[in-house]
Amino acid sequence: MKKIPKVPLSEKSGRLYHRYIRRKWLILLALAALAMAAGLASLRAGSSGLTLKEILAALAGKGTKQSSAIVWNVRMPRVASALAVGAALAMCGCIMQNVLRNPLASASTLGVSQGASFGAAVSIICIGAGTQINAGSGAAASLTITHPGLVTLCAFCGGITTTILILCLSRLKGATPSSMVLAGVAVSSLFSGGTTLVQYFADDVMVATVVYWTFGNLGRAGWGEIGLIAILTLAAFVFFFLHRWNYNALESGMHTAKSLGVPVSFLVPASMAICALVTSVSVAFVGCISFIGLIAPHIMRRLVGNDFRFLIPATTLCGSILLLSSDIACRVLIPPVVLPIGALTSFLGAPLFLYLIMRRGSIK
Amino acid sequence: MIELRHIGFSYGKTRILSDVSLEARAGECVAILGNNGAGKSTLITCINRIRQPEKGEILVDGRPVRRMGRRELAQNVAYVAQKNELSQTTVLDCVLLGRRPYMKWGISSEDLEKCLAMLRRVGMERFQLRNLSEMSGGELQKVMLARALVQEPKVLLLDEPTSSLDPKNQYEMMALVRELAHERHITVLVVIHDLNLAMRYCDRFFFLKDGKGYCYGDSQVVTSQVIQDVYGICGHVAEIDGKKIVVIGSV
Repeated sequence: MKKIPKVPLSEKSGRLYHRYIRRKWLILLALAALAMAAGLASLRAGSSGLTLKEILAALAGKGTKQSSAIVWNVRMPRVASALAVGAALAMCGCIMQNVLRNPLASASTLGVSQGASFGAAVSIICIGAGTQINAGSGAAASLTITHPGLVTLCAFCGGITTTILILCLSRLKGATPSSMVLAGVAVSSLFSGGTTLVQYFADDVMVATVVYWTFGNLGRAGWGEIGLIAILTLAAFVFFFLHRWNYNALESGMHTAKSLGVPVSFLVPASMAICALVTSVSVAFVGCISFIGLIAPHIMRRLVGNDFRFLIPATTLCGSILLLSSDIACRVLIPPVVLPIGALTSFLGAPLFLYLIMRRGSIK
Repeated sequence: MIELRHIGFSYGKTRILSDVSLEARAGECVAILGNNGAGKSTLITCINRIRQPEKGEILVDGRPVRRMGRRELAQNVAYVAQKNELSQTTVLDCVLLGRRPYMKWGISSEDLEKCLAMLRRVGMERFQLRNLSEMSGGELQKVMLARALVQEPKVLLLDEPTSSLDPKNQYEMMALVRELAHERHITVLVVIHDLNLAMRYCDRFFFLKDGKGYCYGDSQVVTSQVIQDVYGICGHVAEIDGKKIVVIGSV
C-alpha cells in the first residue's frame, strides 16, 4: 500500500504529547521518592529510638556498633523484604488482571495463596515441621515453627502446584482467560477444603501454628530469601516491561491483540506462569499478604492510566510503598506488639478498595 | 491484492465455512454479505489467522499468509473488531498500538508522526489525549480505523464497522473507508448488513449462504433473486439518480 506520508509534528500536538508523557514520568519519580521515604520511615519505626541521622550514618557504615546492628540485622531485612514482596505481589497482580481480563485477579484468584497455605498446613501438621510452646504471653509469642525451611518448601510446592493445575486444566479446552479464572476458583476451593480437613485432624496448638503462619510476617525472611525474591521480581519485571506494548494491545481484546501481531497463545500462559512463580516464592517466605496485588494496580490506573509503559513500574513502586506503610503501622499501632501484616493489609485494603469502587461506580 | 482459495473451517463438528473462494484487487472495497451465522466474521478472522482455516490457502500479494510471521502478517493485514473493548487509555495511545508490528524497543518519533498524521486524516487529531471511554460511537470507530491504517496494511478487514452507529455516522464512516481504500490502494473486506450502505460504498459484493460462497461480483449481482435466496426476504433493486437502492418488501 501507499506509505503514510511523513508529516512533521505540529507544534501543538507534539507539545501536548510530550507534556502528557512528562507528567507520567513525574508521577514515577514521585513514587520512587515516596518509596525511599517510606523505607527510611520504616527503618526509624521501632522502640530503640534511633534518629534519622544515626540511621543514615549506619547505612553509610559510620554508625555505632549498636545502631549498625539494629539497622542492618533487624530493620533492613524487614524493609528489603517489604520492598521486594510488595513489588512482586503488586506487579504480578497488575499483569494477572491484564492477561485474565479480570479486574479482581490476584494471587488469591489464581489460588496461589490457598495452595501455599495448604502446603504450610501439611508441613506443620502432617510432616512435623511442627511447633513448640515457648514461654510468653499471647498465641503468637508462644508458637514457633521449628523447621521454617520445610514449611517454606511445602508452601512453595502448594503455590506452584496450584498454578500447574490451573494451566493444565485450562489447556484441556484451550487457555482462555475465563477458563483460567474459573479453574483458579475451583482449585483454590479445593485447597481451602484440604487445609480445613488437615486442621480438623490436628491438635489445637498445631492449628494455631498454621493460622499464625498464614498471618504473614515480613521478619520471617532472611537475606538469602530476600535476595531470591528480589532476583525473581527483577527478572519478572524485565520480562513484563519488554512486553509492555503487548499488554497494552491485550487491553483491546484478544482478537485485536492477535491482529496486531501479539503472540497471545505464548504471552498469556507465560505471564501466568511467571506471576505464579514469583508470588509462590513470596508467599512461601513471608506468608499470606492479601490485597496488595489487587489494590495497587487499581490505585495506579487512576494516576497513570492503563498504559503499561508506566503502569508496570508505577504499580511495582506502589506495592512496595503500600507494604512498607502497612509494616510501619503494624509496628507502631500497639507497641511493643507487632500486628500480623496479612491481617492489616486486608483491614486497610478492603475499605480503600470499596472507596475506589464507590468513587467511580465500578472498577475498570 | 488478496486471494482466498477453497477456505474451510469448523467449530468442532459444526462446519462453518466450506470451499469459500474470493479474489479482490488493491484499492477495492468488498462487502461480505449474508445472514447471521452465515460465516462472515469467521471468514475474515481466518484471513489474519485469528482462526486457523482447516482447508485452503489465503494469499496477500501472492504470498501465503500461513508462511508469514505474526509481525509480518500484522504489517500486511489489519483488522477492526465488531466490538471494541475499551481500556482507560487515550486516543493517541490506542492509535500508537497500530505501530506495534514495527516496534523494536518502543515507539519512535516516526511512529508518533505517522499516528498524528493519521488522526489528522480521519479528523480526530484534536482528541488525541482524550480517554477512549469519553468518545462517541462514531468517533471511536474512526479511532479504530486510524489504528488499523497506521499498520500500513495491504488488506483491511472490518467486521461490521457501522453496526452501532447512527445513519449519519454510518455514511460518514463508509465514505471515509472507501476514500482511504482508494487513496492508499488497500483492499478492504467489510462485513456489513445494510445492503444500501454496501451498494453505495462498496465496489464488489460477496454473498455467503450457509458457509458457502453464493455469488460474487459488482453491483450487477445484487438482484431480487439473490436477496430472496440469501436472506429469505423479498427485495427489489431500484435505481434513483443513477444510484442503486434496495427496497425490502415482505419477509
